[in-house]
Amino acid sequence: MSAIIHGAGAATALSTFNSKKLVARSRTNLPGRSKRCIVAAGSDDGSKSFGSSSLSLRHSHKLIANNAVATKADTSATTGHELLLFEALQEGLEEEMDRDPHVCVMGEDVGHYGGSYKVTKGLADKFGDLRVLDTPICENAFTGMGIGAAMTDLRPVIEGMNMGFLLLAFNQISNNCGMLHYTSGGQFTIPVVIRGPGGVGRQLGAEHSQRLESYFQSIPGIQMVACSTPYNAKGLMKAAIRSENPVILFEHVLLYNLKEKIPDEEYICNLEEAEMVRPGEHITILTYSRMRYHVMQAAKTLVNKGYDPEVIDIRSLKPFDLYTIGNSVKKTHRVLIVEECMRTGGIGASLTAAINENFHDYLDAPVMCLSSQDVPTPYAGTLEEWTVVQPAQIVTAVEQLCQ
Amino acid sequence: MAMWFARSRNLVSSLRQNLGLSAILIKRNHSSPRPVFTNYQLSSKVFLDPSTSFRHESTAVESQPDLVQQSDHEDDAQELDFPGGKVGYTSEIKFIPESSSRRIPCYRVLNEHGKIISDSDFIPVSEKLAVRMYEQMATLQVMDHIFYEAQRQGRISFYLTSVGEEAINIASAAALSPEDVVLPQYREPGVLLWRGFTLEEFANQCFGNKADYGKGRQMPIHYGSNQHNYFTVSSPIATQLPQAAGVGYALKMEKKNACAVTFIGDGGTSEGDFHAGLNFAAVMEAPVVFICRNNGWAISTHISEQFRSDGIVVKGQAYGIRSIRVDGNDALAVYSAVRSAREMAVTEQRPVLIEAMTYRVGHHSTSDDSTKYREADEIQYWKMSRNPVNRFKKWVEDNGWWSEEDESKLRSITRKQLLQAIQAAEKWEKQPLTELFNDVYDVKTKNLEEQEVGLKALVEKQPQDYPTGFHI
Repeated sequence: MSAIIHGAGAATALSTFNSKKLVARSRTNLPGRSKRCIVAAGSDDGSKSFGSSSLSLRHSHKLIANNAVATKADTSATTGHELLLFEALQEGLEEEMDRDPHVCVMGEDVGHYGGSYKVTKGLADKFGDLRVLDTPICENAFTGMGIGAAMTDLRPVIEGMNMGFLLLAFNQISNNCGMLHYTSGGQFTIPVVIRGPGGVGRQLGAEHSQRLESYFQSIPGIQMVACSTPYNAKGLMKAAIRSENPVILFEHVLLYNLKEKIPDEEYICNLEEAEMVRPGEHITILTYSRMRYHVMQAAKTLVNKGYDPEVIDIRSLKPFDLYTIGNSVKKTHRVLIVEECMRTGGIGASLTAAINENFHDYLDAPVMCLSSQDVPTPYAGTLEEWTVVQPAQIVTAVEQLCQ
Repeated sequence: MAMWFARSRNLVSSLRQNLGLSAILIKRNHSSPRPVFTNYQLSSKVFLDPSTSFRHESTAVESQPDLVQQSDHEDDAQELDFPGGKVGYTSEIKFIPESSSRRIPCYRVLNEHGKIISDSDFIPVSEKLAVRMYEQMATLQVMDHIFYEAQRQGRISFYLTSVGEEAINIASAAALSPEDVVLPQYREPGVLLWRGFTLEEFANQCFGNKADYGKGRQMPIHYGSNQHNYFTVSSPIATQLPQAAGVGYALKMEKKNACAVTFIGDGGTSEGDFHAGLNFAAVMEAPVVFICRNNGWAISTHISEQFRSDGIVVKGQAYGIRSIRVDGNDALAVYSAVRSAREMAVTEQRPVLIEAMTYRVGHHSTSDDSTKYREADEIQYWKMSRNPVNRFKKWVEDNGWWSEEDESKLRSITRKQLLQAIQAAEKWEKQPLTELFNDVYDVKTKNLEEQEVGLKALVEKQPQDYPTGFHI
């Protein structure tokens, strides 16, 4: 398991430090992958008390190698198969389409072309042109179409070629998708999944580098999740399709080629749960999507410098998993949020407010939030790099907070 | 500039040699100029040609052995090959006019005096059906009148009448089957009335009380009922049109003997969603009937300020959709048109567009005073002389199926029922606080639970700050 590899590697590096610290980490080394099952939001132990400060084993997870490129191949004897993130999404989608004939896909170029990012590759050949539908170019139209179809018992997966284009579908998403279940008095459900790549890519220009999670986060009635690894991409895709609520699944343009070994058996990730990437003691770093990898890269440096950051991939952008986050804050008393959204009105801004409101007494330092600047993403490579949070900034921020 | 208009044979042959276009260009017969393609010609060649309704053939240019010859004899089959199929060409520069000299005529069966025009095509309507249609049209009139008055008395906050459009409402509903899914705009409560929604149910929604199926969450006239296959009205204009394409798609996938039927006003056709919905329905070959109620006014915007086309019916062809213009105040014509359209949509799996010409006699809503932007005479004329209910009544009476006694009985009973329904709905308690947070999601999320607890605590602490009858 790469978890063991990671732990061992860190142990040798920290040999000059208090080795007792390493004991805590061993609790998260699982003998094998636990089979996850769907946990409905309501059954979140229900209680308001955030319990003991011990790590919740419900969120135990394989530790992720801390670089932004392909993870090391898992050479252990456990079964599983290796694939890229876009293949994991495709696998999840295909499994759900096999399982339920009501699931269908619609979007631009999703049919025989296989999708701009190949997430729907091969599906049109397998399921037919009607079930994997190529639409004309009108985001508002096919989103509206998906909503109408969902109200008539289908379960559409709507693909936006780029999340930024879904701004054109905002009317349908906000006024209808999010609202019709409520305004109809529960008579009509809208079990759609709206998904697509977003985030800052490699010199794609301002219009193709949008972070729409900040625009959508206020819409009542929708759920938002962001995937970051092949494992959670497949799990979240499946969970989103099975959910009765409209779910927006945010993928990232630069993460589609991440490689990882995922289980052969069926699994689903909880839509409302955050993922513990690296347990630690000194500081809680909250992040999601691509920034997870920048954080893990910074974590490597930080560990070398003697810090012990706890990294949580929040995954669920709406609603926030304040249970996991709260447990972490109570343990470390310091919070750093690293996101790709703009400074103003981003996910980080909301999360900062939520943490301050709920866990103010547990904080030893103000919540710090690293985000992109409030500028349209420039095309030039150097400028673009500076607008996204880099690992060096994260290291500096941690050092500052941990003084 | 003149070069472009020169119909020179030399130009063609020099091009042929220099650019090797022999396979494509054919010598033009200049002695007999070809007419420009009008809409009608185009419709006969391209739109009804089954080979153009493919979706997945490659767009590569097909090889055309018949066009290869560099023959000297003029050939009448002069066509070019482009993505999308073959298209003829002309060397005459001629623009398709912005409007045709004659407006698309309007299909009508009954004249203003309620007599069937001789030689009309129409689907016969039995006595039972005709009487039911008339009763419902009259009921709708009474309902509109009483609810409007109730709003003026301050008993409900808002109302929107369908006065002048009763024939569209009822006759279209009568032509559909109960499995057809209806996506209304907001001026079609008659469709729901036809399907069996009771006066009490209408009143409950307007008062937003505990018995309302919408659980008090939408403003008045935003009815919705999944049992009656009537999607909940959503205020933004035209959002239901792409959704109708989606419903048609779902019905097509599930091979149901049903279609989607959606309504829109003349103003709504300016929205982007109109273009989107029609285009998608056409490309998907979805069974959708689009019914546009062209009633002349979009609040204060007259249709002359809304579009410059000949109404909405001409737009159908632009999307490859079969269309018809019908006299919306003629119940028999609307019935026949909608019934035919519905059959076409379901059996041929295609969308159909119906433009129903009518007039909005009432104000846009209770928030509007239309005398501010139109003449009171105009309103009066349409209300009295072009009234669809009276017109149909004459026909029904002429057939001996309805009498003045039936009329007064119906109106007084309906009026009484409505007043009772309103009184009952008014008294019925409103939704409890818990309904504020339900149905946002299937299961309440943590933050909503917290918000609910917080609000409950607030209300319990200071009950005097909240209206009487407000309970948790």
